[in-house]
Amino acid sequence: MSTLNKASRRDFIKITSLTGGGLVLGFGLFGNEATPGILNSTAFADLNFNSYLSIATDGTITILSPNPELGQNVMTSFPMIVADELDADWNKVKVLQAPLDKKFENQYTGGSRAIPNSWKNLRKAGATARQMLVVAAAKKWNVDASECTTEKSFVLHAKTANKLSYGELADEAAKLPVPTDVSLKNRKDFKLIGTSIKNVANKDIVTGKGMFGLDFYREGMVFAMLQRPPAFGTKIKSVDDAGAKAMPGIIDVVTYKNNVAVIGKSTWEIMKARKVLKVEYEKDGNIESTADHNQLFISLMNSDKAQPGRKDGDVESAFKNAAKVITSEYQCPFLPHNAMEPMNFFADVKADSVELVGPTQNPGSARGQVAKLLNIPEDKITVTITRLGGGFGRRLNADFAIEAAEVSNLIKKPVKLIWSREDDMGGGIYRPAVRYRFDAALDKDGNMIGYKLRGVGINAGGSVRANNFPSGSVENLLIDSVNYQSPITTGPWRAPITNFLAYAEQSFIDEVAWAVGKDPVQFRLDLLQKAKTKPVGTIGYDINRMETVIKTAAERAGWGKKKDVSQGFSAYYSHSSYVAQVAEVIMKDGKPVVKKIYAVSDCGEVVNKSGALQQVMGAITDGYGHAMFGKLSFKDGKPEQTNFNQYRLIRMKEIPEIDAHFIDNGLDPTGLGEPALPPTGGAVANAIFKATGIRLKQQPFIDEKLFNPA
Amino acid sequence: MPVFTLQINGKEYKTDVAADTPLLWVLRDHLGLVGTKYGCGVAQCGACTVHLDGNPVRSCSLPVSAVKTTAKVTTIEGLSKNGDHPLQIAWDELDVPQCGYCQAGQIMSAAALLKRNPKPTVQQIEDAMHGNICRCSAYHRIREAIISASKKM
Repeated sequence: MSTLNKASRRDFIKITSLTGGGLVLGFGLFGNEATPGILNSTAFADLNFNSYLSIATDGTITILSPNPELGQNVMTSFPMIVADELDADWNKVKVLQAPLDKKFENQYTGGSRAIPNSWKNLRKAGATARQMLVVAAAKKWNVDASECTTEKSFVLHAKTANKLSYGELADEAAKLPVPTDVSLKNRKDFKLIGTSIKNVANKDIVTGKGMFGLDFYREGMVFAMLQRPPAFGTKIKSVDDAGAKAMPGIIDVVTYKNNVAVIGKSTWEIMKARKVLKVEYEKDGNIESTADHNQLFISLMNSDKAQPGRKDGDVESAFKNAAKVITSEYQCPFLPHNAMEPMNFFADVKADSVELVGPTQNPGSARGQVAKLLNIPEDKITVTITRLGGGFGRRLNADFAIEAAEVSNLIKKPVKLIWSREDDMGGGIYRPAVRYRFDAALDKDGNMIGYKLRGVGINAGGSVRANNFPSGSVENLLIDSVNYQSPITTGPWRAPITNFLAYAEQSFIDEVAWAVGKDPVQFRLDLLQKAKTKPVGTIGYDINRMETVIKTAAERAGWGKKKDVSQGFSAYYSHSSYVAQVAEVIMKDGKPVVKKIYAVSDCGEVVNKSGALQQVMGAITDGYGHAMFGKLSFKDGKPEQTNFNQYRLIRMKEIPEIDAHFIDNGLDPTGLGEPALPPTGGAVANAIFKATGIRLKQQPFIDEKLFNPA
Repeated sequence: MPVFTLQINGKEYKTDVAADTPLLWVLRDHLGLVGTKYGCGVAQCGACTVHLDGNPVRSCSLPVSAVKTTAKVTTIEGLSKNGDHPLQIAWDELDVPQCGYCQAGQIMSAAALLKRNPKPTVQQIEDAMHGNICRCSAYHRIREAIISASKKM
């Protein structure tokens, strides 16, 4: 059992009691001294949101979930952790989405950080409440607290056969001093953690309850859409809005900055009116096409102005002395996120306050930017977080919330700002387009003695990961990147950078293994062995954990033992987790078909088995679908695909079978929303190579000749 | 603007909108039935699927004027009285939703399939569901839930 020390306890808990309503615990690093007290309200909405966990006298346990829910299932897994330490009856747990509050730390959804960031605090919250309930019961029965046990929202005393429910004890418990130390469970005693608990929102979802941002309606609100420049690198030259203003249901048309806002009484009316706007645009920067980017990739690949990533040993000599050098380049296109719920936000800007409501991965950023824009203090701005109809990183950017606030401020009305699908796909903040070049220097025995990686990105920032595999296993290594600034906007996209880098790197490792006649799995294990015995420089990953997922995946998939399928291997470390995959391909009508993908993940403790499987299976299908079909191309600054009739997303009949397995090591949980995506493209490409001898070096794969025989 | 009379989920509604207003926006903006979702506006993603006399239609591309006064419209809110259609139960039991945004459309497409073909093959399920995108890629469980529901129907 782990025990909290006294010092951390003091900042940890705040306890209050509801009048006639039970126990309310606040927790989470608020820096508040523990202060027992009474609140004069039974309504959760009136509580200070210090209060995170409450137990009502009827036994209902309410847990607030601070982080935005976009399908990563955090609204279920967070309360599971609290409820497990509390020994709560899960059927009595109610979960509420918390609004933005400074008292919560890390109140965003991104980087697969929600569970890892909150794991310990959630456990402490549950354990603290449990201990107070136990002490309350022991006092009542006049027995030693250590003799009491808890189970399903009851405190029990076996010797006297006494039993009281948490609801019955809540008031008494609330009056107790906060315990000075609290024990956390041994993992063998977990009752909820590690099991499959159904998504707490299932019933509302399957019956069509309004819960997403677009579902938010308020009496008196108006609807707005923006006409943004259709091509990147252009600005407004002139606007003729007379026709739009004359359309039925239109309240106003306002031109501001580079936008024309069409404001009306309903969504369809503003959609129609926007179509009759006459806006001329003029050049305001580079106007680029995909063909230009392809040229840039070639020229910048040899740039002498690279941003250094990492340098080990003497790379030049290693390549000069190499028996064999292998060089390969890989390229990926821009990708839109295509969350199913297009971007939208509600804003009601008043003279001295702002109300924001909507789907955002980063409510704090929305508030901060709106405060700056309108020069209103942050504490006058509230942000209510709705459920998000997908995010994939797009909703980390708060542009749409700012737009809503700006339009509301211009017309002095509550506004729901809506992006059409075309706005969403054509509106930027894409996964950047990137090209990589890899060079491997091999000695006469096929050992990798030199390794170079250069990334060239269009608004990709640093497109490399310096301390990831194979760093640490190669004596002479050089990693750098070149970034090109483009008017085409980019942002994080599920597993930023690694969503493509992993495919490129794992394909290249496969290329090198085949070139030196080594088994691709053994080749990786040999490199890891080298990193273990003769480590070079900083190693950003745990070698043993990487080895374990690789070996387990190979074993589960029967690596190298199957005759009727072609297998490809891939393993990657991201968001502090390790995922190895084996893809299996068969040939049908001369084309490769991906039949199955085995995945072994080490994300430490799996909180919710069902949710974890969803994340892995979803991320693999997402990674496979985008590697296979995803492409956003540009012509004269304009995206050439702006809706699903031009942009192909994977559909049900195209999904491979997935076998997902988790390493059970009891380590603290690490990320899972993203890590299963990066390895997939590589596993698939390597399996296709095995099946066809053709190395896929560009995404989407579907554009390759292999899939389009003349 | 003309007034349209609609039979939705067994109730009669009157709505005063432009004739070309898609049924989707009538449901959402004018009648407060927000379970039917906007995803693409061009009948490509299936998020807006409702039933018109039992057949699945993409409400984003169906003008309200094309819906007969006598036609029976069913939305996710009216699929069952207590949220207990076998598909709704299977969706919960198999823990299908991730973000959940597309699921009303998925369920409505699947419900129309099972109504005309209670025991579909996997191939028939995949064909019927081809028009529904799930960006979270919960496809495996969607398929599994349809199979599970069909066994209980």
